[in-house]
Amino acid sequence: MDQPKTKPRRADSPSESAGDTPFQIGDREFTSRLIVGTGKYQDNETMVRAIRASAAEMVTVAVRRIDLDRSNEGSILHYLDPDEFFILPNTAGCYSAEDAVRYARLGRAAGLNEWVKLEVIGDETTLLPDVHATLEAARVLVGEGFKVMAYTNDDLISALRLEDEGCVSVMPLASPIGSGLGLINPYYIREIKSRLRTPVIIDAGVGTASDACETMEQGVDGVLMNTAIAAADNPEVMARAMKMGVRAGRLAYLAGRMASREVAVPSSPRRGMLD
Amino acid sequence: MSDEREDTALAGDGALIRLMVNGESRTVTSGLTVRGLLESLGLAAGTIVVERNLEILDRAKYDEVVLIEGDKLELVHFVGGG
Repeated sequence: MDQPKTKPRRADSPSESAGDTPFQIGDREFTSRLIVGTGKYQDNETMVRAIRASAAEMVTVAVRRIDLDRSNEGSILHYLDPDEFFILPNTAGCYSAEDAVRYARLGRAAGLNEWVKLEVIGDETTLLPDVHATLEAARVLVGEGFKVMAYTNDDLISALRLEDEGCVSVMPLASPIGSGLGLINPYYIREIKSRLRTPVIIDAGVGTASDACETMEQGVDGVLMNTAIAAADNPEVMARAMKMGVRAGRLAYLAGRMASREVAVPSSPRRGMLD
Repeated sequence: MSDEREDTALAGDGALIRLMVNGESRTVTSGLTVRGLLESLGLAAGTIVVERNLEILDRAKYDEVVLIEGDKLELVHFVGGG
């Protein structure tokens, strides 16, 4: 019996990659433009399932004291294999350049890599970054050979200064950490992206898949998120939605959107209508 | 709970010294090494980092570094974070 004829599948059809360039940060290349955090999950099993569903390769972790009364809890590395994921230690929770440098050094001493997600917070209510202290810490850390990915405000001048300091990526916020408010200032983000040569990754504020998509449509190189996935009712399904949102936004950016206008234009021909 | 504790498991024949470990005061026997402290706490050296008086200790030195009175130690590892 003849086999039914099917069209050959083309996994690498032009519309899939859209001629996209590889996502490179520092000397490393990544396939996924989505970076995810590992905090706030109800348990480690849920966290691992969600991260796998997101297809992210780079995941962030925090440096904290071991709880000596519950030392059998162990490090998060028991659940996340550093051979499967690129582990990015952060300096979350630090309020001074000095503290951030200390946490970054502790993270590097774990022996995985010399990368750090630098974050220096300036205000407890909004968790907005202290850009001055971030610059100060970036200078020290870059001098010590760290690959610094710097969380910052959606401010062009700060972004330019962080690039000048030698950060491998500048990461402006979409909106405050954990707020889920989405992309508040697309214009500033586009401005930053157009002026920097170093990769621009939007870090913080994304709430749902449409936010991720809209963020990527601005032409930025990637998105970093944690709470939007971890605090969803179903983190695994939201992770998958985020993966698709990031991908859709990237493709839409590469495709080049139509011009928007405030008048209607019919899609069907005017000619050939009946009398 | 008292934040001062005496680790009886460590009480040997030597004199006692006081350390700060992760913000808690602990009394241990004099002569204890960093390795000995980690073992007494049931911690494997593998994924943890030890900071002693604000200086990160090289893992290769855990056996030779002897703790002294007043040492401030921070034992840290990676936890979930964004």
